[in-house]
Amino acid sequence: MTERTRALMQGNEAVVEGAIAAGMRFFAGYPITPSTEIAEGCALRLPQVGGKFIQMEDELASMAAVIGASAAGVKSMTATSGPGFSLKQENIGYAALAEIPCVIVDVQRAGPSTGLPTSPSQGDYMQARWGTHGDHPVIALSPSSVQEAYTETIRAFDLSEKYRMPVILLMDEIVGHMREGIELAGRGEVKPFERQTCADTAEAAKPYKMRNGELAPRMTPFGEGAFYNVTGLIHGEDGFPTNDHGIAAAQCMRLMRKIEENEAEIERYETAAMDDADVCIVTFGGTARSVQAAVETARAEGIRAGMFRPVTVWPFPEKAMRSICERVKKIVVVELNYGQMKLEVERAAAGVCEVLHIGRVDGATFTPQDILNKLREVAK
Amino acid sequence: MENKTKKTLAVNTAWCKGCGICAAFCPQGVLELKKQKVFVAKPEKCVTCGLCEMRCPDYAVWLEEEKDDD
Amino acid sequence: MASRLIETYMRQEHLPHIWCGGCGHGILMRDVAQAIDNLKLNPKDVVIVSGIGCSSRAAGYMNFDTIHTTHGRAIAFATGIKMAKPRLKVIVVTGDGDATAIGGNHLIHAARRNIDLTVVVFNNSIYGMTGGQFSPTTPTGDMATTAPYGSIDPNFDIPRLAEAAGATYTARGTAYHAAQTIRLIENAILHEGFSLVECISVCPTYYGRKNHKGGAVEMMKWQRDNAVPAAKAKTLRPEELAGKLVYGELSCCERPEYTQEYQKIIEKAGGAER
Repeated sequence: MTERTRALMQGNEAVVEGAIAAGMRFFAGYPITPSTEIAEGCALRLPQVGGKFIQMEDELASMAAVIGASAAGVKSMTATSGPGFSLKQENIGYAALAEIPCVIVDVQRAGPSTGLPTSPSQGDYMQARWGTHGDHPVIALSPSSVQEAYTETIRAFDLSEKYRMPVILLMDEIVGHMREGIELAGRGEVKPFERQTCADTAEAAKPYKMRNGELAPRMTPFGEGAFYNVTGLIHGEDGFPTNDHGIAAAQCMRLMRKIEENEAEIERYETAAMDDADVCIVTFGGTARSVQAAVETARAEGIRAGMFRPVTVWPFPEKAMRSICERVKKIVVVELNYGQMKLEVERAAAGVCEVLHIGRVDGATFTPQDILNKLREVAK
Repeated sequence: MENKTKKTLAVNTAWCKGCGICAAFCPQGVLELKKQKVFVAKPEKCVTCGLCEMRCPDYAVWLEEEKDDD
Repeated sequence: MASRLIETYMRQEHLPHIWCGGCGHGILMRDVAQAIDNLKLNPKDVVIVSGIGCSSRAAGYMNFDTIHTTHGRAIAFATGIKMAKPRLKVIVVTGDGDATAIGGNHLIHAARRNIDLTVVVFNNSIYGMTGGQFSPTTPTGDMATTAPYGSIDPNFDIPRLAEAAGATYTARGTAYHAAQTIRLIENAILHEGFSLVECISVCPTYYGRKNHKGGAVEMMKWQRDNAVPAAKAKTLRPEELAGKLVYGELSCCERPEYTQEYQKIIEKAGGAER
């Protein structure tokens, strides 16, 4: 194992380093600001570690190539921003149903449509959850610092392989383009989760068969003689299409339950100054930076404010949120959209406390002062 | 020592969808459709060319190799 | 109960297949299996990738590692598989709509890269799975459920499209000319680079019925009587070729193959296995 090193880098660059540390060896992408540095970093770094980069003809193809490479046993990633994230939804749904591990980075920018290239936004929060059609679970992680961009990328790969599903790294332009000093793991320090496979080819031929006590079915890569089928049609444990209502129900429920039953392991959040707080600010991603500064100033003024920041933004940490709602007088959700996470907070609060909101959809970021003003108003 | 192989027509009527391609293009008129299923009407005329097997979209007719150990 | 070829390369428990009686796709799927058998490929080294549509049901019947993907995206999935494991023979089974309408962008760019994929297009000149809408290969003037007055859309010549985009091997076979089509698929698999074999299928249920082409037998007879071998076609004038179907090898050349070129990048970057 080599020594840890310190480096000054962008959030987007940290994603590349985190992915490589997690074992990512294939990246397919299409240029789109503000995520392009991830593609550029992969083009440079992957061949240095024996990995491969390909610039595909479009976003749809990038997502497809990533799934193909993962089916062949190589940890794979793509990166994009809102407009591209919309296009990728088709095959994100495929990866969810076919249970193909992969990581999708969405460095959010202001929308809708081409929107405000490339101002910060957190307007893809709901799209990350509901972007593709049908019912399926989603894991989305949202870092708020460059260091966290690095560590959450590693966690995204681990969760993806462990639960056999696409995992979304929900970045925003703030974190993507911010430069900070970070600590990179030494070589050999990161112990990535390796995909469970079947040594026995007869067993491997059932790529959706659950084994006792395991989180997801085992998946043997293509090219090892297992001869199984993968499809985006509803399928049984053998991977072949079926119209049987019972099998369809069992498959869809299993997909949902593999996440529902393991939320405690998947969830991650940060609380700050919450012990005696009257007001809790709920925020995520890059916006948390202004919130932290505002909370500190408010505290100095005697306002008992605290912060709750989900890092795992999907599934939403509902229980932790609920228990905060029971303790505080007011909640203020601060996010760069018209009120998306607010809906989840309201759902968790279920009327036990007032949920207020400040959002922006103008492409500008919150200053600590914007948030402080709101805290002063709320504290009156 | 090479095994001599003798080929004979085999059919799986369960898979036959009755399209009639095999009968239409059999150069010897060996095959017919009987109740919408492939039927080997004149086996003695078969020259084992294999065209029926190659053109049957449903894999319902083929040349079965029978190994002869003599 | 089936022939050795079918027992070896098809998942018999899933047969008989979903295709209509007289559909040419069954013949063409067998051609792919026969080509693999003739080449004595290790089944472990073969991956079959398909998209969506009638053609793309083939993947589920063939006993290899198989992946039935999303509409139009088969070639993009295949690109990822080939990049991840270049030793694999990646064969894409697709249709005219899948490959040239919704998937047209992926087709031309994979051809441009000259990545070593073999694309076998089962062209039935119609969207069959959805009930007979015109496709990019439905001849102008022909009828379809979405062309009730006859199609005004000009049609693609798929091998020419692929060749122009950079494919280094293109060919055309037909359901009728099974022996020749098998050989063309073999050549395409052996070719190092992007290869495409357009296989003209027959769709008696939709294309045939809508256009009064008769049943499967009549449509196959049309192929027999109107197909001209590529070598002979070169000696014929354009007016003599009008309404004819040219089959055989249509183009073949050498260009650097994408995954081999990428290997050089890895060596240049210092990431090759020591």
